[in-house]
Amino acid sequence: MIAEAGHYALVLALGLALIQSTVPLLGARWGDHALMNVARSSALAQLLFVAASFAALTMLHVMSDFSVVNVFENSHSMKPLLYKITGVWGNHEGSMLLWVFILALFGGLVAAFGNNLPLSLRAHVLAVQGWIAAAFYLFILVTSNPFLRIASPPIEGRDLNPVLQDIGLAVHPPMLYLGYVGFSISFSFAVAALIEGRIDAAWARWVRPWTLVAWIFLTLGIAMGSYWAYYELGWGGWWFWDPVENASLMPWLAGTALLHSAVVMEKRNALKVWTILLSILTFSLSLLGTFLVRSGVLTSVHAFATDPARGVFILLILCLFIGGSLSLYAWRASALKQGGLFAPISREGALVLNNLFLTTACATVFIGTLYPLALEVVTGDKISVGAPFFNLTFGPLFVPLMAAMPFGPLLAWKRGDLLGAAQRLTAAGIVALVAIAVVWAWTYGGSTFAPLAIGLAVFVVAGALCDLAERTGLFRVSLGVALRRARGLPRATWGAAFAHAGVGIALIGIVCETTWNSEYIGSMMPSDVAKVAGYQLKLDGVTQRQGPNFREMIAQFTVSLDGEKLSVMRPSKRDFTTRGSSTTEAALLSRGASQLYVSLGETTAGAIAVRIYHKPLVLLIWWGPVLMAFGGLLSLSDRRLRVGAPKPAKAARALQPAE
Amino acid sequence: MMVGCPSAYAVQPDEIMSDPVKEARARDLSRELRCMVCQNQSIDDSDAPLARDLRLLVRERIGSGDSDSQVMDFLVARYGEFVLLKPRFTPHTLLLWLLPPLALIGGGLALWFYSRRRSNAAAATDPSLLHLTEEEEARLQRLLAADAPDKRA
Repeated sequence: MIAEAGHYALVLALGLALIQSTVPLLGARWGDHALMNVARSSALAQLLFVAASFAALTMLHVMSDFSVVNVFENSHSMKPLLYKITGVWGNHEGSMLLWVFILALFGGLVAAFGNNLPLSLRAHVLAVQGWIAAAFYLFILVTSNPFLRIASPPIEGRDLNPVLQDIGLAVHPPMLYLGYVGFSISFSFAVAALIEGRIDAAWARWVRPWTLVAWIFLTLGIAMGSYWAYYELGWGGWWFWDPVENASLMPWLAGTALLHSAVVMEKRNALKVWTILLSILTFSLSLLGTFLVRSGVLTSVHAFATDPARGVFILLILCLFIGGSLSLYAWRASALKQGGLFAPISREGALVLNNLFLTTACATVFIGTLYPLALEVVTGDKISVGAPFFNLTFGPLFVPLMAAMPFGPLLAWKRGDLLGAAQRLTAAGIVALVAIAVVWAWTYGGSTFAPLAIGLAVFVVAGALCDLAERTGLFRVSLGVALRRARGLPRATWGAAFAHAGVGIALIGIVCETTWNSEYIGSMMPSDVAKVAGYQLKLDGVTQRQGPNFREMIAQFTVSLDGEKLSVMRPSKRDFTTRGSSTTEAALLSRGASQLYVSLGETTAGAIAVRIYHKPLVLLIWWGPVLMAFGGLLSLSDRRLRVGAPKPAKAARALQPAE
Repeated sequence: MMVGCPSAYAVQPDEIMSDPVKEARARDLSRELRCMVCQNQSIDDSDAPLARDLRLLVRERIGSGDSDSQVMDFLVARYGEFVLLKPRFTPHTLLLWLLPPLALIGGGLALWFYSRRRSNAAAATDPSLLHLTEEEEARLQRLLAADAPDKRA
């Protein structure tokens, strides 16, 4: 019953999406308020039905109803409750259902909190959301129905892929989807603006918070996925330039560019046409990411789907939306008036430079990811494009970007003073030079590149602090006044400073981890001692344990530094009988921002293969993005964005009769 | 997330060469070589048996005195270009290598021409835009005068 109800709810959601995608457009055309308001009610009702459908699938997984194919293939009655729930989106069908659920959630949010939007803009935005939703409901219902039954239900399920049985699955995909799908709102706003042929600073003010929300979630989602890979895969790598990772990085890069160009549009009414294009591109890249992951075209380690029907269907959706929106753009963009002149050296100029480098970085990832596919299709030659390529092409793009980053916020709008900005960054420059000298002296004879990179990162962090000091007048006025000014600063300014500092922090982590990583690889017998980076790790012994749906071999290490016992680490290997596969559970010991990392290999004749790493300041790699997301949150709480539109909301409401 | 290859346990203790310099070379080369049965993993990271064979092969060649490029050539001759994670600069990878810098240069040039055209056009068509009218000037003075006390606080 539950499965059928869930299926039915999904069909109803499709029906509502079809209404939402047509009726409000007609209403906007005829100037009919009642028809335009259909957008709001149908978006909310659609959210309700998709939520019901998602709840139904979740219940089926929790109850372990193996008469449903999706549950049978991805669940096991002995699986812990948390993984029964997260298992809902740990497979192709369920994850697509999560995708449309989040899409409906964003649509519902616009419907519920978009009271201060002009009625026709809201109708258009929700109609575009309706098109996207309808396409994906059709995709799910036609090719990936999660509610299919099995005629003769088996007693036990096939269990979830062991690698996915981790808290990471509870957080990573929902976060990532909130980011991916969140960009659909800026896409819908862009398409709505093109249809209406009207766009102004208020438009940017509405779009910015939505873009920011999506960007925050995508930032956290990518960082979380990276940390998950780091501790779960057992060799301490945190970024692999895997096509699917690239698929999430591309919308992030485009979305970051969009955030910055939307600022220019909001403040200076310039870069309108470019902002619209970026909104379209960002969501197009999200769709491309969905296609790459879901179609299995890359036969990536992430791909669940091997059915070509699905690939072709998503490719159709992709062509329809990207092609359609870009054609609309080509046709209508010239109708949008350009505004706001500015000199090359100005805040706007700096943000344009940011956009140039971010979009080029995005293009680099795009080319690197899709080139092997295209080459194979065209010539049949198979080549690989991996980490060494991206490090060589993507890395250099970030050097000028980061060097310019501290200057941007210090330049004035319209016409800036580069020399003045440089003078105000003198302190940051000195700190960076000192950092280079100290790191170079400390690691004398080592890498020459690493101290320079650290210097750049320190410059970015110090530059962000300089900006704050400059705005509050710290060291020039009394502390009390500076504090009062600090409170008076817009939250968006604080947000930008935190986010920029986060980039620097992450770079420090990346450089330290890749340059001064030390490792020990060896076979150890009980009571053997391994020495890594001054730490002694003694293998105390190996024990066996039975988990809920796996058997586990746990090794215990005593960690000591200079003969003083610090802690105990217990890495393990789990064998999952149902799937006949195993996972390594690395043990991590954090010392400040640095980590010791132990993972186990095969056992041979009483000896166990062990990999021990010392990763200096590795945690900064993830603290950086967390800081960026925190900066985003601060910026989101800015009064300017909370208030939203320049028009008072009450007046707008009074004009609309009961719906 | 990562599925496909067995849970990774890359370089095994018994593979490591006794000469640390040669071992470091082997590790560096391993990071540039693809494990061909996995997706996008280097043989340094992969636990697949094929990756192990390749790692041993790299070490064998280094042990017998090959230079880094000789080892790479040997592997490419045996397994094709597919084995390289960083494709060589050849006619069929020309676009791959050239597009990113071209995108940057092209974008920069486009911006330059665009900003020049716009500022020229604006200066030519409407010079009055750059100067305030007397009325605007007076209004500006009034606003500045009204704002001044606040600024000093």
